[in-house]
Amino acid sequence: MSAKRVFIKGNEAIGQGALAAGCRCYFGYPITPQNDIPEMLSAAMPAAGGQFVQAESEVAAANMLLGAAACGVRAMTTSSSPGVSLMQEAISYMAGSELPGVIVNMNRGGPGLGDIGPSQGDYFQSVKGGGHGDYRTLVLAPATCQECYDLTFTAFDLAYKYRNPVLILGDAIVGQMKEPVTPREALPVDPAEGGDWKLTGRGQRAPRLLKSLFLEDGALAGQNRLLQKKYEAMRAEVLFEDFETADAELVVVAYGSIGRIAKSAVRSLRAAGVKVGLLRPVTLYPFPEDKLRELAAAGKRFLTIEHNLGQMVDDVRLAVRGLADSAFYGVFPGNLPTPDEFVEPIRAAAKGA
Amino acid sequence: MSCQPETQEKLVFDRPAVLADVPTHYCPGCQHGVIHRMVAECLEEFGLVEKTIAVSSIGCSVFLYNYILVDTVEAPHGRAPAVATGVKRARTDAFVFAYQGDGDLASIGMAEIMHAANRGERISVVFVNNTVYGMTGGQMAPTTMIGQKTTTCPGGRCAEREGGPIRMAEIIASLDGVAYCARTAVNSVKNMAQAKRALRRAFEVQIRGEGFGFVELLATCPTNWKVSPVAANERVAKEMIPGFPLGVFKDASKED
Ligand SMILES: Cc1ncc(C[n+]2csc(CCOP(=O)(O)OP(=O)(O)O)c2C)c(N)n1
Ligand code: SF4
Repeated sequence: MSAKRVFIKGNEAIGQGALAAGCRCYFGYPITPQNDIPEMLSAAMPAAGGQFVQAESEVAAANMLLGAAACGVRAMTTSSSPGVSLMQEAISYMAGSELPGVIVNMNRGGPGLGDIGPSQGDYFQSVKGGGHGDYRTLVLAPATCQECYDLTFTAFDLAYKYRNPVLILGDAIVGQMKEPVTPREALPVDPAEGGDWKLTGRGQRAPRLLKSLFLEDGALAGQNRLLQKKYEAMRAEVLFEDFETADAELVVVAYGSIGRIAKSAVRSLRAAGVKVGLLRPVTLYPFPEDKLRELAAAGKRFLTIEHNLGQMVDDVRLAVRGLADSAFYGVFPGNLPTPDEFVEPIRAAAKGA
Repeated sequence: MSCQPETQEKLVFDRPAVLADVPTHYCPGCQHGVIHRMVAECLEEFGLVEKTIAVSSIGCSVFLYNYILVDTVEAPHGRAPAVATGVKRARTDAFVFAYQGDGDLASIGMAEIMHAANRGERISVVFVNNTVYGMTGGQMAPTTMIGQKTTTCPGGRCAEREGGPIRMAEIIASLDGVAYCARTAVNSVKNMAQAKRALRRAFEVQIRGEGFGFVELLATCPTNWKVSPVAANERVAKEMIPGFPLGVFKDASKED
């Protein structure tokens, strides 16, 4: 039994998805283009019996998230690029202490203060660690309001499954547009979740400790070995949309809002008889490298389209190395592309030009 | 004639069970250990051990969890009040305290302590002020006193160059969300008794849900002050207390 469809923004879909997925602590700090999320949760979270705190900074918000996560409560923070930079310290500590939490980045243009328009300039920061040390976060990239909702559910589940921070990487397009969303049934959170590590006050058991400091000889190596195993296991969670790649000569690789715009361009080229397809990574870490390699082995050419100066294209090239290369078409941050803008670059790449 | 000794030994001073029976990593004469003990005693006296979540911070006291046997999470440098906010919001029924040094709390963590206090978070902060960065080898702290030599102000802290020592207890007391705020020292038996009372009050206001509790404790770092433990204690009395006056700066509800 699912609730009635609602017409909401991507940002609101994330807030509602979080509530339905059992999130009961939210910490945030205002920054455009994600303010709809703290604004709606400032009323909805207390109404759901949870806690809402407008923190004094993104630094504090992320550390509040760390604290709530240590207690095994489903918790979230949301921000946009400069704010997410400030959160990196806590995200690294959460990864080191193996704490689950959801961090949403509605990516805006940079570097620096940049602008408030959509961008995918935070790809590297999101998928390569972002903060100090050797660690990974799972990264989910929604392209529709429905995905904003659904992937927020997925994010909480994965955060707890792996005891790891999970990032949702959206942008101002998917955050600000309105679409019909079919909500899911709200989840009662399994009370056993985090039962073997979360802090509750020790009661009659031995005290628990959540930390990222490992000073004894070999201890840090041991911890990093464990983390590495976990990051390997996360590869099983790979998600992507495969649109008409089977008989395509050229596969466009694009994610999030740009993936969706590129899909429209691919569709119109298909209608004109050009054999192109789209692979849209939904998880950016883990990256759908096996699928890309399989397509490369089948002789496809590749064009990576991103709303930045060329970041994911490195991962595409790594995935297909030895078999193929990828052309690149970048939309400069600060500009909003239409499907028409992509048609010629795709057609040219399809010709092998 | 009895073989029994005439007087039996009587135990008058015991180790709180929540305090681990392990060798300490603190330097001789360091007062982090004394303060740990007081915190442990308060936890037991209030019956809080089973419902406490501690937040340890950065500095020599990061290993708090090796000594006080309660559930603990480690915070990044200066962020303990934000982490404690998250903990308390997630577990409103838990007793939550953060333990921070002066470098941790008054430098990087200045924003976090001010805002947690101002929000009136129902947490208690134990603030150990030894006027120096202990763990990193004795650099200047925000609380270093005018004229005090450290490795980064070798000629002595100079007000014109580095500003003066920040008096946190006075600042914290000025914020609305604070229910209790005091400065104490642990350099004498009399002051220790007062420090213990202050810790109890800071814990009590949390237990009663009255607001934020804060205790600044003037303490020694003989290693980085490069003096003997005895001389370090004398310095607390002669130099620190005059510059950091002891007292209760705020007590929202006086009745006990
Ligand atoms: C972000 C960051 N910067 C610097 C450090 C290095 N550091 C470790 S302990 C410390 C000073 C701690 O001094 P204090 O809080 O006074 O505690 P004490 O060691 O004196 O007990 C510093 C600067 C760090 N761990 N993290
Ligand atoms: S360096 Fe100073 S604060 Fe650290 S343990 Fe030694 S005496 Fe204590």
